[in-house]
Amino acid sequence: MIPRHLQIAVGILLLAVLGMGFYVGRIRGRAEQTEPAADARPVAPPAPGPTERVTLYIANDAGGILRAQAASIPLPSARQQRAEELLRALLDIYLGKDSPHPLAAGSDVRAVYLVDPGLVVIDLNAVFANAHRSGVLEEELTVTSIIQTLAANIPDILRVKFLVEGKERETLAGHADLSTMYDTIAVSQLVAQMQ
Amino acid sequence: MRATMRILVLVLTLSILPLHSADEKHIVIYAPGTTFSLPVTDRDGREYVGLLECVEPLGTVSAHIDGTHWKLRYNDGESEFTADKNRAKVRGHEMDFPGNFLLEDSRGLVPLVSLGTLLPRILNTSVSFNPVSRRLFVGNVATHFTAQLSKTTPPRLVMNFTAPVNPTIATEPGRLRMSFTREPLVGPGTPTLTFDDKSIPSATYVENNGVAEVTVNGGAPLMASFSNDGRTITVAPVPQQPAAPAQAAAAASNGPATPAANAPKVVPTSAPHYYAVIDPSHGGDDRGVALSDALAEKDVTLALARRLRQEFESRGIPTLVLRDSDINVPLDERAAQANTAHATIYVSLHAASDGKGVRLYTALLPSGAENNGPFVAWDTAQTRALPISKAAAQNVAAEFQRRQLPIRTLQAPLRPLNNVTTAAIAVEVAPASGDIADLTQPAYQQNVASGIATAIAAMHNQLGGPP
Repeated sequence: MIPRHLQIAVGILLLAVLGMGFYVGRIRGRAEQTEPAADARPVAPPAPGPTERVTLYIANDAGGILRAQAASIPLPSARQQRAEELLRALLDIYLGKDSPHPLAAGSDVRAVYLVDPGLVVIDLNAVFANAHRSGVLEEELTVTSIIQTLAANIPDILRVKFLVEGKERETLAGHADLSTMYDTIAVSQLVAQMQ
Repeated sequence: MRATMRILVLVLTLSILPLHSADEKHIVIYAPGTTFSLPVTDRDGREYVGLLECVEPLGTVSAHIDGTHWKLRYNDGESEFTADKNRAKVRGHEMDFPGNFLLEDSRGLVPLVSLGTLLPRILNTSVSFNPVSRRLFVGNVATHFTAQLSKTTPPRLVMNFTAPVNPTIATEPGRLRMSFTREPLVGPGTPTLTFDDKSIPSATYVENNGVAEVTVNGGAPLMASFSNDGRTITVAPVPQQPAAPAQAAAAASNGPATPAANAPKVVPTSAPHYYAVIDPSHGGDDRGVALSDALAEKDVTLALARRLRQEFESRGIPTLVLRDSDINVPLDERAAQANTAHATIYVSLHAASDGKGVRLYTALLPSGAENNGPFVAWDTAQTRALPISKAAAQNVAAEFQRRQLPIRTLQAPLRPLNNVTTAAIAVEVAPASGDIADLTQPAYQQNVASGIATAIAAMHNQLGGPP
């Protein structure tokens, strides 16, 4: 026979456990509701340096064109970091809500290497290439937008080479050539046709 | 819902994939709105086919097994079959059929020859079946044709069809063979048609393993041209051409390792020469752009390539298509084949869902790229031919403008344009009106193909063709 006071104690404990469980469940539910949606944009580290006026070449799918757009972004003095910041600003636009040329969520530039004389190597992440929309013009707009933005804002860039996850790749998404070394003068002439 | 999805997937798969390989036994079923092919299997010396697969693309279908009984529901009618029995109950009526019903891995198999009696009852509509050629027609879907010899000089055999057709055409000495794999073509009253002419003395109609074939016999090499939105095929002797296209193409080609201008010229004599090379982009597991849930870029480019070949050949332009089936050809190999063929022009075909009309591309090469030595750099092999490529693109653009098709001309970093040594353009076709269905419209494809061929043929001399 279990003493009456023990029965009461066990009962109170059970009620306490159930109450705690209910409380924790509600707290968790609220936390999930208030948790911000995952931000697909690349995490932008604070860029040291004064804000500078730059020209971004923004692809616009609606007309299949590139538009020069002025922007003010903080730019460090080192060329390589400037290149990274420029591409970050470009990707922010493409990954934004009203993107004129949407890229897949999670698209990012892993690294930018400036190799003298005048060669830039851009290493894209796998999502950038694997989830890129396929099409001659869509891919061309992405490639030329990146190259022209760098060439317009960093002096003495002559050639650009793309890698994906550190490796060579034949095309971006079936069309735009990533196996070649892009000549910035030729791309500038092409951009003039695309504006 | 799941049954609908299964049917949808089956129909789409069947419409995208090639109907069948030539070696396997198949039955082809033609119905309003769809044509599909099913494998035929042999059991105890008799040909069998899956009954569910036969009716699934045609309506709302479900099937379930109850012991040795297999029950099929098609739309509002039920049928019941029993394993190893030759009697079935279809829409409440008992009926016998030749051979036993088989249950294999939950699949219900019926003798092929029984389809002619079973399907009219199950589908509750008329069915016409030829078990020898394995072609089955549901409802009134037949395409008929007439063939009439026009005694012009040279004579022409004009074949008029009651619906648009797009057969695969093969030529061999003295014969032109048209294979109709998707069209519900029905033969003329007699299988052999004779004409009182030495150039085109006869034509024969045969059908076998789901394919209808019309062979036109000729006293000289024959070629076919399409008109009337694919409802008319005209067969005529190939015009006597001077040997110039091949020679001019060879002379104009600047393939890798071609001797420099001051070195002795080597003109290969054994390799076949083509004036035009058509490259339907993508293929196999490379689907290209997903134009819609059901339509891939690779299928549009292949259909367009076939039309363009017909357009070229109808103008007497020898043409090579780099892939004539759903296979993946590496980009480098496409360029290598075009260079080896010593073609005068290379046309790469693409399709897009965005924008309207046609976009024409030429190669984007590094500024100041040169190829002056005896060897040509692979990445800039297009350098010497770029001016003529641009001229070709402008000509094609002008032709499209004449046809009031929206057109845009650009350079593009598009493989393998920069690896091709001859004039090279890429044509990206977007819907004419913004509706993706335009891309599969025969009339639109024909207009695009005809525009390209007309413009290229018009600059024969400029490209290095015969005078």
